Amino acid sequence: MKLITAVIKPYRLDEVKTALHDFGVQGLTVTEASGYGRQRGHTEVYRGAEYTVDLVPKIRIEVLVEDADADELIDVLVKAARTGKIGDGKVWSVPVDTVVRVRTDERGPDAL
Amino acid sequence: MPTGILTTLAADKPVLDTGHTAFMLISAALVMVMTPGLAFFYGGMVRVKSVLNMLMMSFISLGIITILWTLFGFSLAFGTDHGGFVGGTDWLGMRHIGITQLWPGYGIPIYVFAVFQLMFAVITPALISGALADRVKFAAWSLFITLWAIVVYFPVAHWVWGTGGWLNKLGVIDFAGGTAVHINAGAAALGVILVIGKRVGFKRDPFRPHNLPLVMLGAGLLWFGWFGFNAGSWLGADGVAAVAFTNTQVATAAAMLGWLGYERIRHGSFTTLGAASGAVAGLVAITPACGSVSPLGSIAVGAIAGVVCAWAVGLKFKLGFDDSLDVVGVHMVGGIIGSLLIGLFATGGVGQTAKGLFYGGGWGQLGKQAVGVTCVLLYSLVVSAVLAKVIDLVMGFRVSEDDEVAGIDQAEHAETGYDFAGIGSAARLGGLLAPAESKALTGDKNETASPAKAAEPKVDA
Repeated sequence: MKLITAVIKPYRLDEVKTALHDFGVQGLTVTEASGYGRQRGHTEVYRGAEYTVDLVPKIRIEVLVEDADADELIDVLVKAARTGKIGDGKVWSVPVDTVVRVRTDERGPDAL
Repeated sequence: MPTGILTTLAADKPVLDTGHTAFMLISAALVMVMTPGLAFFYGGMVRVKSVLNMLMMSFISLGIITILWTLFGFSLAFGTDHGGFVGGTDWLGMRHIGITQLWPGYGIPIYVFAVFQLMFAVITPALISGALADRVKFAAWSLFITLWAIVVYFPVAHWVWGTGGWLNKLGVIDFAGGTAVHINAGAAALGVILVIGKRVGFKRDPFRPHNLPLVMLGAGLLWFGWFGFNAGSWLGADGVAAVAFTNTQVATAAAMLGWLGYERIRHGSFTTLGAASGAVAGLVAITPACGSVSPLGSIAVGAIAGVVCAWAVGLKFKLGFDDSLDVVGVHMVGGIIGSLLIGLFATGGVGQTAKGLFYGGGWGQLGKQAVGVTCVLLYSLVVSAVLAKVIDLVMGFRVSEDDEVAGIDQAEHAETGYDFAGIGSAARLGGLLAPAESKALTGDKNETASPAKAAEPKVDA
């Protein structure tokens, strides 16, 4: 199994959710996150005082998936999240040892 | 106080005028709503962790000053004159005022005048609070405004508006509070912050406003209430009140445009905070002048105030004093501009007969205005600094650095302004549920209930 983590622009969430649902993903976790990449945030001005806001709002999506589906899911996710502009975010995957469904105690791929 | 209405409306012996009285009661209510408006204006500008404290610093003034005013404030400010400096004790406890007794020379009862002026006494100390954001003990602040009202506001209101007040007799024009309210509060703010010092992280950390819509709401309420503040200061509903009302609108519009234009050229954007700040700067500047200048003069007063105040709020970074929400830059500077410009733009044909330089009146009025500005500014600055120092020595004016950094709302009020985050709201009803009961409520007898530790509410640093 793999854990796919994506950090994307907040307003792309609906697109990504729809795309993942259509792909057959059963569940996912979304958290609000802050961060910066190569775009290094932006500048705001309050009464003439300039502030560099280097942590910009992002959405982090986490999806657990079987190994065989991982690459295709990443493609789907990236396509839905992409605007082509700076700050689109990143997607990565890591291997997962164990997954347990809390309600039934199912383990491994059955728990996905 | 202007005295023209005496001759125009009630030549011999004024009688109760229900029209004026109704207008003044409504004006008093309009001025009252400025204090909550100010609370929102300031509250939106601080960070999430100190919004409640900022709101409370204004609201507490509605509590404390109202009581002081009733007990002795009105009498000290407007009772029988003593040497031009302070009023007498004739109206202590607001006793010995007949309900039919009229304010001398006007068609309104003394009670109407007293409650109208009460609202001015309430908002003036509240104005100071913006300079002290995030860092003062609530009890110390409460003590400060109590002492400040007694030693500074009541006497200065008497100098400027009291019958026999020395600035009044000198001929200094302050229609609605450029000196007594705005310079007074701005200079006091400067005096206090020079004593208590900067916020932790001043010039290093971003102090971004946490809620600009709240700032706009507050600015809107201030703008609305200010019609009572300015037009009401004529103490009657007639053409002069209407000119004061018009001037208030015109100068505010011009100042908002002036501020926005300045920051578009200097910083590249038309900001929301700039629009709100410009409007307030215009309201401040026209306050002393709205009974002396024409609507065209108001455009000049407003535009000058908008641009100069937009520049002046940057001074704190150059000079290194932490006037957190720019009380000095907007209220003191705006008050000075409005008070001095009377000396240039007074037409002599509105509510007051004095003419400014541009209308053939020479330098005389400008000189008087400069005396009024200087005396109120210096008196308030020095006395406020002394009061702050005394309070600091007696009880400590500031909260601890830890409390300031973690958030003054928690430390001083045991509350959190917003409850949006799931984690932050995982609180437990402290003390009401005994451990045994709370275990029963979990519905699982086999497990030891371990009470969830109340999560530290997440605050925006």
